Amino acid sequence: MLNAEINDEFSISFSIQPSAFRITVIDLTPRTPYRQRTGILFGAVMIGHLILISAQVQSKAGVPVLEGVTFGVFSRLQGGAAGFFRGIGGVWGNYVGLRGAKAENEKLKQEVAALEVRLQEQRALASRAERLQTLLDLRSSTTVPTIAAEVIAGNPNPGLMTVTVNRGSADGVQADMAVIAPKGVVGRVVGPVAAHAARVQLIIDRTAAVGAISERVRAGGMAVGVDGDPPLGMELVSNLADIIAGDLIVASGVDGIYPKGFTIGTVEKSERGPSLHRIIAVRPAVDFSALEDVLIVLVPARSAVIDSREPTQEKK
Amino acid sequence: MRTIGVLIALAGALALQTTLTGLTIAGATAVNLVLVAVIYVALAFGPVAGLLAGSAGGLVQDALAGGIVGIGGFSKTLVGFLVGLLGAQFIVAQSLPRFVMFVGGTVVHELCYQALYALVESRAFRMPWSAALTQAVINGVIGILAFQIVESGPGLMQRRRARGATLSRRQF
Repeated sequence: MLNAEINDEFSISFSIQPSAFRITVIDLTPRTPYRQRTGILFGAVMIGHLILISAQVQSKAGVPVLEGVTFGVFSRLQGGAAGFFRGIGGVWGNYVGLRGAKAENEKLKQEVAALEVRLQEQRALASRAERLQTLLDLRSSTTVPTIAAEVIAGNPNPGLMTVTVNRGSADGVQADMAVIAPKGVVGRVVGPVAAHAARVQLIIDRTAAVGAISERVRAGGMAVGVDGDPPLGMELVSNLADIIAGDLIVASGVDGIYPKGFTIGTVEKSERGPSLHRIIAVRPAVDFSALEDVLIVLVPARSAVIDSREPTQEKK
Repeated sequence: MRTIGVLIALAGALALQTTLTGLTIAGATAVNLVLVAVIYVALAFGPVAGLLAGSAGGLVQDALAGGIVGIGGFSKTLVGFLVGLLGAQFIVAQSLPRFVMFVGGTVVHELCYQALYALVESRAFRMPWSAALTQAVINGVIGILAFQIVESGPGLMQRRRARGATLSRRQF
């Protein structure tokens, strides 16, 4: 007699039972339990239903829920994958790519240095253009003939306040011609004058003097160069003159050299002197430490004295 | 053979259900024959048959009803699986336990169905208890009758065949 049973947990078991003996063969190969298979099937079917429902239902944003959830999940995966590959690319670029970085760095440094030099050249050109423009404006506004000149050298002797300009007798420059700048009086040409160069004595030199007048109260005096700071002083001004700090001092023209009305400087200190004259310190209008471009008044000294007799209204 | 029988039962339930849609109590359909068929299959053949029958029957019913396809399938799948599982664990051969299964299954189905729709439509959950319990009782009665018919049917046919043979052998 043959008996066979199909068990849920095992594949098959059968036994042969003849009268004399019994043989039972049991296959113990384990299979997936029935309940587990049922649970898996149940889960799969329920998930399928949920997906079907999600495909039909729209979220508040008007997008199907399935699409929204899928996109959200996959966007995270995509972000992770992109970050991963970006990291690999970064490692490659930061390691393998660095092999040529040093040479490239040196080359770039040289280029930067060259560019900086060119930049400075351009800045200098731009600044010079601006100064020349100012000088041109000044030249256009003055009634006396002038010629532009460039300061090409200072005085090797620190005790003397003179500079050298690149205009000379070939340009019509003569000794005792006034030299001016946009901000005010600079000095005068002192001889001898070369063909293409001339020496200019600055008004702040100890031996220089300029006929000066206070623009406000019209008190006259003489602006002279002094040692110290400020490097200008005004002498021969009566103690009775009402000159105060801040007053503008201009050329009076009585010296026959400097054009009348041109700015010399500003009173920085004014006090009564021990004798008849006030002690006045004047800050020059021109910055002599940065003097680069000037105008030479092409009028001999004698003619300047004649111009100074003209009324001030004509200057305006 | 069993599969064909289940499919025929589901198809028949669907056809009858469409005929009885006008039968309502308190505004809700008084009977859900597809659910009765699913619970019957689950009790008779186990949880796998129950969940597959619930899935198929629910999806078809949703497609015919025109709403969101899958909600009825989800609910009937859940009921079919749970009823089949309980039926395999407990002895459900008598009418009363079967009736309790039908009633419980209907209530669970209705709860799940209403909850899913509330979730999908983003509204508050509402459970029409009176209509649900009424449907549950009616489903239970129909389910018991179905069991009686199916279980008694072959025996009755056999007895009628045997009586016919006996009569034909008598000689007057």
